[in-house]
Amino acid sequence: MRITLHIWRQRNANDAGKMVRYELPNVNHEMSFLEMLDVLNEDLIAKNEEPVAFDHDCREGICGMCGCMVNGMAHGPLPGTTLCQLHMRHFKDGDELYLEPWRAKAFPVVKDLVVDRTAFDRIIAAGGYISVATGSAPDGNAVMVPKEDAERSMDAAACIGCGACVAMCPNAAAALFTGAKIAHLGLLPQGQPERQQRAIAMVAQAKQELFGSCTNMGLCEAVCPKEIKLEVIARMNGDFIRASLSGR
Amino acid sequence: MELNSKSPSGPIETRWERHRFNLKLVNPSNKRKYTIIVVGSGLAGGSAAASLAELGYNVHCFCFQDSPRRAHSIAAQGGINAAKNYHNDGDSIYRLFYDTVKGGDFRARESNVYRLAGISLNIIDQCVAQGVPFAREYSGYLDNRSFGGAQVSRTFYARGQTGQQLLLGAYQALERQIGLGAVKMFPRTEMLDLIVVDGRARGIVTRDLITGKIESHFADAVVLGTGGYGNAYYLSTNAKGCNATAIWRAHKRGALFANPCFTQIHPTCIPVSGEYQSKLTLMSESLRNDGRVWVPAKKGDKRAPSQIPEGERDYFLERKYPSFGNLVPRDVASRNAKAACDEGRGVGETGLAVYLDFRDAIQRLGASVIKERYGNLFDMYNRITGEDPYSQPMRIYPAMHYTMGGLWVDYNLMSNVPGLYVIGEANFTDHGANRLGASALMQGLADGYFVLPNTIGDYLASNKFEKVDASHAAAREAEANVNQITQRLLGAKGKRSVDSYHRELGKIMWEHCGMARNAEGLKQALALIPPLREQYWSDVRVLGTGEDLNQSLEKAGRVADFFELAELICRDALDRNESCGGHFREEYQTPEGEAARDDEHYAYAAAWEFQGVGQPPLLHKEPLTFEYVHPSQRSYK
Ligand SMILES: Cc1cc2nc3c(=O)[nH]c(=O)nc-3n(C[C@H](O)[C@H](O)[C@H](O)COP(=O)(O)OP(=O)(O)OC[C@H]3O[C@@H](n4cnc5c(N)ncnc54)[C@H](O)[C@@H]3O)c2cc1C
Ligand code: FES
Repeated sequence: MRITLHIWRQRNANDAGKMVRYELPNVNHEMSFLEMLDVLNEDLIAKNEEPVAFDHDCREGICGMCGCMVNGMAHGPLPGTTLCQLHMRHFKDGDELYLEPWRAKAFPVVKDLVVDRTAFDRIIAAGGYISVATGSAPDGNAVMVPKEDAERSMDAAACIGCGACVAMCPNAAAALFTGAKIAHLGLLPQGQPERQQRAIAMVAQAKQELFGSCTNMGLCEAVCPKEIKLEVIARMNGDFIRASLSGR
Repeated sequence: MELNSKSPSGPIETRWERHRFNLKLVNPSNKRKYTIIVVGSGLAGGSAAASLAELGYNVHCFCFQDSPRRAHSIAAQGGINAAKNYHNDGDSIYRLFYDTVKGGDFRARESNVYRLAGISLNIIDQCVAQGVPFAREYSGYLDNRSFGGAQVSRTFYARGQTGQQLLLGAYQALERQIGLGAVKMFPRTEMLDLIVVDGRARGIVTRDLITGKIESHFADAVVLGTGGYGNAYYLSTNAKGCNATAIWRAHKRGALFANPCFTQIHPTCIPVSGEYQSKLTLMSESLRNDGRVWVPAKKGDKRAPSQIPEGERDYFLERKYPSFGNLVPRDVASRNAKAACDEGRGVGETGLAVYLDFRDAIQRLGASVIKERYGNLFDMYNRITGEDPYSQPMRIYPAMHYTMGGLWVDYNLMSNVPGLYVIGEANFTDHGANRLGASALMQGLADGYFVLPNTIGDYLASNKFEKVDASHAAAREAEANVNQITQRLLGAKGKRSVDSYHRELGKIMWEHCGMARNAEGLKQALALIPPLREQYWSDVRVLGTGEDLNQSLEKAGRVADFFELAELICRDALDRNESCGGHFREEYQTPEGEAARDDEHYAYAAAWEFQGVGQPPLLHKEPLTFEYVHPSQRSYK
């Protein structure tokens, strides 16, 4: 099938950047989206043009490295699917696709479709952990965790840190990402001692990184490839308010 | 060169304890005076960097992804082994030790494996405390399952995302130390050379992948946790960025490379669909707990699977290996799948696939139980193939997956280059010629959390370190070397892309040094690789500059190293005139077609010393002795 791509090309952080049109006359419907970009890049190299830079690694939907906007949707049209797991059978002959990088103040563009997401790491460094030095843990079965809590914690822990939530949010908020970590740890008994400081520190860091505020639009949930639920934001807000009230 | 494994003697149960007692300690208040470079932020590197920082060392950690959380460990699905015996089903440290030595086909060091089995218990405890959301039973206690090659239930898991959750645990511990200022993290920074000063590893040369800046970093010890080299085969289950550059360039600086031909093919991957294929996706081995592997009994049977009656199906693993059935180790499962396809009984369009069928399990347990166990794997399969595994069997085929070989290390995890430590998949130690499922995560975390932090102090406390900086001749020479490689790749201005060469190399390797090997094929590969490598250097086309983000340039350097490594893999495979584990030489098999080991001549680790590109490397042997688990023909019948 024939696919027309319009791709954001930007040499580096200081370049203005622009959309460039590419024709792909022979896209196989069994290909993944990124394999289509590989084919485009091979064509570009053959024509002595610089290939399109895009982030990717596992191509299994788990590392969180890939992602771009496809016709205004983060990771493209298929719910619960990262860009690398999206296959061309979901498109049809003649489709025109607009590919742009994540856009957010906190995620400056590095080149073409590649952005800098290190702000996410700094949010985790602010408090997204349980402080347990290696060697000091009791037996694994000393702490019991109700199955349902473990499952809900796992639902939140499934976040891959790709940044689609931020890219899709009109406020460029990092609430779903931050809330997911707060929920993951806060749902487990091991996460209780630091629960309140964690919420305060992580929320403050997100603000400092220039992520916007959450206004409950819910677009993050709609595009999250791991289908993390808005409920994690409610948990984050709950922990934050409780911590603020108790003066921590 | 004499290889001293420093492996302790005496009763195996107390070797690690006695060894640790004999190691020198660094005074707590002195630890911050030492700088340690950790390259890699996967399970091995991430856990090591965090634990070393907790001890008080000053740590610099590097990874090529944009965040340490994205290391390839994140992709591990199935689980992690630990001899907890929570199920009272006869498991013990000794049994895990025994299974690992036997599973590795008697090509691993007993002392290391016993230590690993013992530490497995601490790993689970540590990860639970960090908040890894392991699967639980209704009682709230930890759940386990059994995994390929084991008859006990000792695999802990977090849905089909165990690697992700374990890595996030290590990553969070690492970020905590970064936040505290104890670790300085360098993401999107690739190590391109090792700096060796007076015979000791004292630093690395890196390229900042965004600015292109080539820079030297110095330390008192260097730790490589840079993962495996399966991508030498181009198509593999590894992430696209996985590479051998760090260990290969260390090898070129003197570190011995051990057992490179011990590569593992994973039996359950989604088959190749076309030339554009960029990687292969693993379907976790845990699927073999409930899925049954079969092909049509008749050659060329093109009926849809549902149309093939029970009596005309060949459940070949159950038939040939009644006691292990679908749970035989990976090498056995892979070879049998290949054999079925070679006989013309393969399924799917290409005939290069076998079925993995859940029909009976769904009937027995209900679709909801199967969904709970494997839901995300089934979804992934569906996403990639467009087929629904709840209603029709999966099609699977073996693919390159894991590399047991790697840099040679002693019992302290130090290579033969003093001060250079190698952990995780990058080293060669614990899995011998074949790794059991769910044991790589265990090994990576054992090395990083519990072994290295104990052993590295001995080296630091026993040595004096004069200051080195970028003006040192060794650093200048290493930087010049890196610059020269970059310029050569950019300057070739040839006709073909990096990927086209990588794919061609991968085909040679898969064809001649894949699931089954023979002398003739290996010689052919050794005749094909060097000219292709020469051609690569003069004909590769890398566009753009070295001064900004240039993904073609990154790949180009890695592929250049794969070319040299591929040659070593084939040489090692040709030199090892026996079959063992993942190394199956067709000339050496039993009448039933099983691997025939030759313990009399090959009970050693082959550690190769680099002698120059295109020059035959020098072989050093570390003899392996087995005091506890007596070598026997592996039998899973
Ligand atoms: C699909 C899949 C599923 C698996 N499932 C399981 C399982 O269920 N159970 C199990 O036990 N094992 C499993 N394995 C194996 C296991 O995941 C790996 O062996 C293990 O995670 C390797 O960890 P590591 O820390 O050694 O390396 P990695 O996780 O690969 O980390 C390597 C690190 O090194 C960095 N790096 C590499 N080169 C450089 C360089 N030159 N400069 C700077 N940084 C560099 C990378 O950025 C990365 O941070 C699986 C493997 C695959 C491919
Ligand atoms: S490449 Fe890893 S999630 Fe897409």
